[in-house]
Amino acid sequence: MKVWQKNLILILLVAVIAAVPLWLLPDAEFGGADGQAEEAITELNPDYEPWFEPILEPASGEVESMLFALQAAIGAGVVGFVLGRITKKPDRKAEGQG
Amino acid sequence: MRTVTANKTVRAAAVLAALLGLMTMSASAMHIAEGMLPVPWAIGWGAVCVPFVVAGFFSIKKKIDQAPRAKILLAMCGAFAFVLSALKIPSVSGSCSHPTGVGLGAILFGPLTMTVLGLIVLLFQALLLAHGGLTTLGANVFSMAIAGPILSWLVYKLLRKTKAPAAVAVFAAAALGDLFTYVVTSVQLGVINGGMVKFLTIFAVTQIPLAIAEGLLTVVIFNVLEKYSKTELHELQVL
Repeated sequence: MKVWQKNLILILLVAVIAAVPLWLLPDAEFGGADGQAEEAITELNPDYEPWFEPILEPASGEVESMLFALQAAIGAGVVGFVLGRITKKPDRKAEGQG
Repeated sequence: MRTVTANKTVRAAAVLAALLGLMTMSASAMHIAEGMLPVPWAIGWGAVCVPFVVAGFFSIKKKIDQAPRAKILLAMCGAFAFVLSALKIPSVSGSCSHPTGVGLGAILFGPLTMTVLGLIVLLFQALLLAHGGLTTLGANVFSMAIAGPILSWLVYKLLRKTKAPAAVAVFAAAALGDLFTYVVTSVQLGVINGGMVKFLTIFAVTQIPLAIAEGLLTVVIFNVLEKYSKTELHELQVL
């Protein structure tokens, strides 16, 4: 099997893994995590007071999702650039050995 | 024949329902939020991380000297962690968490290198996204950029010793490293707050499918590297 075929199958599998919970649990909230972790702590330790606040908090959910998208975009851009570089080899012989 | 199948279906449904019932007490697993660690612990975890970060810088220099052409792969490992830790994926526990993406770099460059790259990712998220935090940076670096990568690296080396195929070793290393990161997070919270089992159950369950996803995605990248960057992988003593 060619590399791209193998990889296509693997990526489809990842998509399935991400989608199955949505289908299995139609009523779940799929809430963001830190908040829930904080709840668990307050539940176990009702007297605990967070002693430090984030310096910068995204102004809204929209801004936050933009920043997360930006993070993924920067990363994906670099990954794509490097993959493009290494897969384009002028010297055909090296490829033949692989 | 039909009743047998029906019975099986009922039983499967019952088991599934029971499992889902257990999972509804979910919180999801991510970095420890700002201010949620008592001061001594915040300082303590920070101190624990310092030598690893310092050693990480030396490790990067050594690896680049050893395989100068692998510099571009180092950039990619950092970027890969950047992408994966931005993807919040729904999990079977009914909440979302994200993979860490540090397994790839740990396999290619060793765990110490990933301490530095993981620190960068965590700083970005703590400063700009209010995700994780500065006071919990030490604890989060320890789980995601020290403990996880060390386990990934060990699993990879061990499996390769047993002559397991590289792709299998990569999958297991990345997936287990991801899972281990969140086990460490639960222990970090459990030690302070009690309820270790609760944290562990919740965090580990949420992370299982994501760990598998991370393992698969790491293999995707590794497949390409194995074909096109064999020389670099040999220089880095990965293959």
